[in-house]
Amino acid sequence: MAFSNTLATTYDDKVVRQFAVMTVVWGVVGMLVGVIIAAQLTWPELNFGIPWLSYGRLRPLHTNAVIFAFGGCGLFAASYYVVQRTCQVSLFASRLASFTFWGWQLVILAAAVSLPLGYTQGKEYAELEWPIDILITVVWVSYAIVFFGTIGTRKVRHIYVANWFFGAFILAVALLHLVNSAAIPAGYMKSYSAYAGVQDAMVQWWYGHNAVGFFLTAGFLGMMYYFIPKQAERPVYSYRLSIVHFWALIFTYMWAGPHHLHYTALPDWTQSVGMVFSLILLAPSWGGMINGIMTLSGAWHKLRDDPILRFLIVSLSFYGMSTFEGPMMSIKTVNALSHYTDWTVGHVHSGALGWVGLVTMGSMYYLIPRLFGQKQMYSVKAIEVHFWTATIGIVIYIAAMWIAGVMQGLMWRSINPDGTLTYTFVESVKATFPFYVLRLLGGLLYLGGMLVMLWNTFKTATNGRSVSVTIPAAVAHA
Amino acid sequence: MDVLYLLIPLSVILVFFILGGLWWAIYRGQFEDIESEGERILKDS
Repeated sequence: MAFSNTLATTYDDKVVRQFAVMTVVWGVVGMLVGVIIAAQLTWPELNFGIPWLSYGRLRPLHTNAVIFAFGGCGLFAASYYVVQRTCQVSLFASRLASFTFWGWQLVILAAAVSLPLGYTQGKEYAELEWPIDILITVVWVSYAIVFFGTIGTRKVRHIYVANWFFGAFILAVALLHLVNSAAIPAGYMKSYSAYAGVQDAMVQWWYGHNAVGFFLTAGFLGMMYYFIPKQAERPVYSYRLSIVHFWALIFTYMWAGPHHLHYTALPDWTQSVGMVFSLILLAPSWGGMINGIMTLSGAWHKLRDDPILRFLIVSLSFYGMSTFEGPMMSIKTVNALSHYTDWTVGHVHSGALGWVGLVTMGSMYYLIPRLFGQKQMYSVKAIEVHFWTATIGIVIYIAAMWIAGVMQGLMWRSINPDGTLTYTFVESVKATFPFYVLRLLGGLLYLGGMLVMLWNTFKTATNGRSVSVTIPAAVAHA
Repeated sequence: MDVLYLLIPLSVILVFFILGGLWWAIYRGQFEDIESEGERILKDS
C-alpha cells in the first residue's frame, strides 16, 4: 500500500521552517524571563508587589519556556528535518505534522498565561494543569504518529542513528508524561496528584530526571549526530560507538531519578540504587561526547573559521563537563554539601545553556539558511559574536554558581564548638549577593547573543524565500 | 513505598521493550554495514 507521503517529490519543510523560527523566538522569551528572575533574586523589590510577576510564578514560566518552548521547538524542527533526509521520504501525515506545530504553540501560550496567573500542579517541569496536560498528550501522540510513520515508510533500509535517539526521546517522554501527570481533577484548572507524599516525590523525580535524560539528552544527541557530521562534512567518528552508547544510555537512564531525593524520606536503598546508576551513566554519556568531538579528528582546522561548528563542538564540551559533574553530585556525601545550594542551579545551567542551548543554536544556524534557500546566514560575523557572548556568559554564570553553592553548603553545615550553627540562613543569603549579580551578568550576555540570533534569523528569512527541496529520485538502498 | 511497585515493573517492562528493539535492529540487519551508513548522510541535501 502506497502512502501519499511516499509519492511526494519534495520534502515537507514548511513545518520545519515554522518550528525553527519559533525556536529562536521562544529562546529570546524564555531567556528574557530567566534574566528577569535572576534580577529578582538579586533585588527582590523587582517583584513590584504584583502577584503575576512574583518569582514563584515566573520561575516555572522560565523553565517551561526554555525547555519545552525553545528546546521543544528545536527538537521538533530538527527531528522533522532529519527524519525526512535520512529516510529520503516526505513527512508521514503532513497535516498532522502541521497540527503538532499549532498544538504545541497553543500549549506554550496556555503555559504563558496560566503560570503567571498561579495555576500549577506544583510539580517541577510538569507544572501545567490537567487540561493543558491533555492537550500535550494529544500533540505528542500526533508527533509520534508523524515521526514513526515517516520511519515506517522510509525509502532507505537503514535507520540512521539520530532517528534512534529521536525515537527514544518521543516514546520515553510520552510514558513519563502519562505516569507523572496522573491527577484527579477538582475543577477545570485545579487537580490533585494521584500519588501522595514521598510516593509523589519519587514519581516526580523519576519523571524529572528522565525528562533530563530523554528530552534534554537523547533528543539533542539526535540533533548532534546529524548536524555535526553535516557541518564538519565528515562521517561520525565511530558509528559503532554511537550504537553502543545509544543502547547503554537508554538502558541506564530510567533508574537514576532517586538521586534527587538523597537524605529524604525515600528508603536508603532506593537512594543508593539511584546513585549507582547515576555513576554508571558517566560511561554512555561520555561515549556520545567523545564520538561527537572526535568526528572532527583530522579536520580540527575547521574550528578556526567556522563559528557554527564551534557552537556544536563547545556544546559537547559542556555536555561532557555536566555529565561528569552530575554523577559526582549524585554521590551521597557530595550531595550532602551540594543539595539545595546554587551549585545545583549552576550544574543545570552548564547543561542547559552549554549543551542544550549551544547545540540547538548551532543546528538552527545550519538549518535556517537552508530552509530559506540561502547558502548561509545573513551575517556570519553575527554568528561569531553570538558564539562569544554566549560562551562567556555561560562561563560567568556557572563559575558564580559554583562558588556561591560551595560557600552556601559550607556555611549551612558549619557548627560552633557548642553545637549551634555558626551562620544564620540570612547570612548565607547576604554572602551570595555578589554572585547573584555576576549570574545576572552572565545571563544578560547569553540573552544578548540570542537577540543577535533573532536579528540574524529575521534578516536571513526576509532576504530568502521558502523553498521546496526535491527528494533524490534514485534510491540505491530501497 | 508502594509506588515502587509501579515504577520498577514499569522500568523492567521498558527494558524488555528496549531489548526487543535491539533484537529487531540486529536481526533485521540494521547493523550490517554501519560505517558506510555514517558516510551516506553526507550525500543528502
